[in-house]
Formats: sequence, structure tokens, C-alpha cells
Amino acid sequence: MNATNAFAPTGTRRSLLAPLQSQEATLAIFLALLVTGLAVATPAFLEAQNLRDVLVNASFPAIAAIGMTMVIVSAEIDISIGSILAVVAVLTGNLALTGMPIPLVFLIGLLAGTLLGALNGALVAYARIPSIIVTLGALSFWRGLVIYLTQGAWIYNMPEAFHFAQRSWLGVPIPVWMMIVLIALAGLFMRYSPLGRQFYAVGGNRQAAMLAGIPIKRRVFLVFTLNGFFAAIAALIYASRFSVVQSNAGLGFEFQVITAVVVGGTSIMGGTGTIWGSFLGALLLAVIGTGMTFLKVSPYWLQTVQGSLILLAVVLDVVRRRQVLVR
Amino acid sequence: MTLERKMLRRSFFGMSAFLKSQEGLLLLILLVVMFILSRMSTQFLTTGNLLALTRLFVEVGLMTLPMTMIIITGGVDLSVGSMFGFTAVMLGAVWQYWGLPLPAAIVVTLGIGTLCGLFNGLLVTRVRLPPLIVTLATLAIYRGLAFGVSQARSVRGWPESFQFLGQGYLGPFPIQFLLWVSAAVAVALFLGRTAYGRYVYAIGNNETAARFSGIPVDRLKLALFAFSGFMASLAGTIFVARVTTTRADAGTGMELDVIAAVVLGGTSISGGSGSIVGTTLGLLIISLLRNGLTLAGIKGDATVIIIGAVLVLAVWLNRLFARQR
Repeated sequence: MNATNAFAPTGTRRSLLAPLQSQEATLAIFLALLVTGLAVATPAFLEAQNLRDVLVNASFPAIAAIGMTMVIVSAEIDISIGSILAVVAVLTGNLALTGMPIPLVFLIGLLAGTLLGALNGALVAYARIPSIIVTLGALSFWRGLVIYLTQGAWIYNMPEAFHFAQRSWLGVPIPVWMMIVLIALAGLFMRYSPLGRQFYAVGGNRQAAMLAGIPIKRRVFLVFTLNGFFAAIAALIYASRFSVVQSNAGLGFEFQVITAVVVGGTSIMGGTGTIWGSFLGALLLAVIGTGMTFLKVSPYWLQTVQGSLILLAVVLDVVRRRQVLVR
Repeated sequence: MTLERKMLRRSFFGMSAFLKSQEGLLLLILLVVMFILSRMSTQFLTTGNLLALTRLFVEVGLMTLPMTMIIITGGVDLSVGSMFGFTAVMLGAVWQYWGLPLPAAIVVTLGIGTLCGLFNGLLVTRVRLPPLIVTLATLAIYRGLAFGVSQARSVRGWPESFQFLGQGYLGPFPIQFLLWVSAAVAVALFLGRTAYGRYVYAIGNNETAARFSGIPVDRLKLALFAFSGFMASLAGTIFVARVTTTRADAGTGMELDVIAAVVLGGTSISGGSGSIVGTTLGLLIISLLRNGLTLAGIKGDATVIIIGAVLVLAVWLNRLFARQR
């Protein structure tokens, strides 16, 4: 939580072993072990179709996790993205039914998500309401509105062009391509661009960031706006993945994404964390979700597993923090 | 203005001071809400409806008591809705599958609730994790346990004597209403009149200073989180007695109602101030809005929209007022 740390991407002193000590490395090793274990237990797990499913399942939480990483790195939180996802999914689904050109539908969807994110950001940055309250309010507000307006009806019979998430390129599903490209771009952005580094500064030590001349309010506003934008991209994949959109779309999605980010090594206190780690976190959750089905564990336990993972990750974070202090 | 002058003015214009306070403002809002709702539906302002209404808000009301104190200390407990659902499921499981007699099952359930809260508290005080993230995680864990233990099956066939707890009357008052009133009075007295109650405010105002003053910060916080779990399980038990079935999804999103009532009641989300009177007024406003809007023909989902908006608005207004003072 001090300013010098905030600018060192992997944490403390750089040594040859440093990359191995990071949460990302631990996570990657754990993920590899888990996949190996699952492959041994049920060889069907490694079939191409299943791997494709796992990656598609990971793609939209991973993309939403990009925005969430930026939010949490800035020491804020957004628990409303499940509802933002629902708004965008239902809106684009309905617009597609009216016969509007599909690219325009997607554009409006992205705009809507960005706007909802910007609204959160304005309330947090300029009205100075704590982000947990703003997004708790937004969570129920937008969810209630979606259910009220749709009356719980499902949307289906969208035109073929709408379902881009079902198509593949070079044998790899489109959502997976989107995930790879966006993760790579956002990772570079957060690591090397001045704006990205400013997000770390805002979360690491707000006072110091302000004294360094970083416009805190504008950055916080921007972070929430970006989060809405990435949630909207996730929503487009979500909506076009299957042939129906349900009005309870994305219920609990915020939890999945926050888990991915925190498990990926982003400190909930802000200031540290990487996009790459969040990506691994999203992947891990998707593997666990599918793995549980393969091992015939009742899906009812999934939430317990996710919740325990988040606790484990934050406890590890605290332990590591203490070691850093001791050194 | 000097302090003496200020105090003189306050005693002189006691009434206007009350109206300017958060509680006075809330009372005014409450009356306006009741007036509007009674215009919208003729059934609203009947004794029958108002008494029936008390049944509905008691479950949320019980949970607002520890939540008020936790928020005053600067924390929050997002897991109350899940503890509510989990303990309701456990009551059914303990009673039906373990075959314990019902009174023993209730005691075990309350114990489980307290343990759930204690677990939150230990993570906050021993491991030093932020309450927000701890209870966000346990929100999922306890809800998952509720689904996992019950496998989404419900337990029915509760005896008459137990249903009395959720449906019976003592004189004109529903049983659980009396329970809630006595709990609220007890907590209000604790907060306002005991040393430990004042410590709660001290922690919220400046935790470091409180620690240096020798206040047992960690023990008090631990007790508050455990109390939160206890109240959630008590509310869960009453819920089962009221609807005579257990559901794994019971209380989903309930934390919103609880926190909204507390925050609407003028408890600052950043800690240090708040009162049980305010929380109770906030609770009444939210419950009346829910019930009144439903009677006026507005569907349940729409009331969630309003509560979400009210929550954000209340905190914002609170900020504005706080800045003026």
C-alpha cells in the first residue's frame, strides 16, 4: 500500500525468482495441476470440444475482469456489472428483433453499458458516494428495471448475424479471439501506458497521487466508465452465445468477476494487480465450473467453492503483504 | 457562534432542532409516504394491513440492529441474507434429518448462525481482512452451503406450535413484532446508555485512537459480527415459522433492504454516527414503500428499483447535510 510499490508491477524487490513468487505464477501452476488432475480423472476433459467450451465460458468473465481489475486496482469496487450485463443483453436482444442492422445494435449495446458505468463513476467521483453503496443501489435498480420491463419474458428468434459468439475462426471461437486480443491490449495498457500507471497510483496512495498532479476524480470516473464498457462487451458475448436471452441474465456475474480478479492477485486494497492475473483467475473459475460437472459434483456447491477461493486469495494477499513488511 | 449560544438556541427551539435532525426529517418523510400511499390504495391505512405489515418487516428489522452497530464501527456485513437463508435451511435439516426435537433444533440453528457471524468476525479481527470483502465472500459461501445442504429441496410439515412463532398473536400484536420491539429497545439502550455502546461509536470515529484508549476493539467487533449472525438466524427461524417451508434461496438480496434501512436512517456508511431510532424509521419507510406500492398494484420487482434509488439518494443527501454542518 505504499507509493513505491504501486509502480513495481510484480510487487517488491526484483530478483530472478521474483516471477515465481507472484500470485500469477502460483495460480498458473495451480491451474496446470488442476487441468492435469482432471485430465487423468476423466480423459474426456481434454477433448477439443470441451476445451473450447471452457475457453468460451471463461471469455466473458475474463473480458469483464479487465474493467474490474482497473476498478479494484484504483481501490474502488463495482458490484453492479451483473445488472449492467442484463441491461445490455436484454436491450440488444430486443433491438435485434426489431430488424435493426446488427452492427448498430452492438454499437448501441456498447454505448448503453458505457453510460451505465459512467453513471456509477459520476456518483462515486463527483457526488462522493462510496462505490459499494452506489453499485449496490445500481445492482438492484437496473436488475429491477430489467425484470419489470421484460416481465421475465425470454428473448429468442434473433437473426443469425446476432449470434457472432457461436462462430469460429481458424477453429477457435470468436469470443476466445476477443478475449485474447483484449487481454493482451489491456495488459500492455495497464503496464506501460501513463494512464494505466495512474490507476495504480490512485489506488496505491490517493493522497500521493493527488500531490503528483493526477486528477483523481477524472480517473475514478474513467475507471468506472471503462468497467461499464468491458461489461457491455461481455454482455454481447453472453447474449449471442445461446439462442435465448433470459431476464435473469448475469445474476451473480459480478461475484464471478470479482473472484477472478481477486484470485488473480489484485489486492482488494488497491494499488497492485495485473490483467494477466485476472485472466488466469477467470480461466481457473471456468475450469473449476466445468471440472465439477465432470466429477459429478452437484452444481449447488459452486458458490461455496467460489467464495472459499476468494477468501483463500485475500488471506494469501495479507500474508504476502506482511512478509513484504518484515523484509 | 459560541457553544453556549448554540446550546441555548437548541434548547430554546427544541422543536425546530428536532425537525432539522436526520430523525425529524425521516419522520416527516414517513408521514408523507403514509399519506401518499393511503391515497393510492384504500386498504393501506387499515389496522389489519398495518399489523400484517409488522410481520413482514420484523425479519429485516432484527437484522438491522446489529447492522446499525457494525456500520457505526465503520464495517459492513453483506452476508446477512445468506446467513438468513442458510440457517433457515439448517433448521429444516437439523429437525428433519438429524431428528432433533424442535426446540433443540432451534437452539442448534441459532448456534450455527452465531458461528457463521463469528467466522466473519474472526476473519475481520484476526486476519485483518476488510469486512466488505470478507462478507462478500461469505455471502457466496453461506448461500452455496444453503443450496448444497438442501440440494434445493424444501422441508415442510412444521407443527402448529412452531408456526405460532411466525403467525400467532399476543393480544393484538404479532409475536415476532413484540420480539423485535424488545430487541430494538435493548440494543438502543446498549448503544446509548452503556460504556460498550459508546465504544462502538468511538471505534467508528477513530479506530486507532480507540485502540490506544484501551477499548477492546477486536473483541467488540467480533461480538458484533457474531450478533449479526445470531440475529440473521433468529430472523431465519421466524421466517420458517411464518411461511412453513424452507427455501435455499430465502433472503437473496435481503442485505440490500437491511443496509438501505440503516443508511436511510442516517447511519453514516463511513462510520462514527447513527442511531437505532433512525434505523427504525428507515426500516418503516422502506417497508411501507414496499407494502404500499404492492397494494397499489406495482409488482415486487419495481419496488427493488425504488429501494436501490432510495439507498443511493439517502447516502448522497446525508453527505450534503454532513458537509453543511
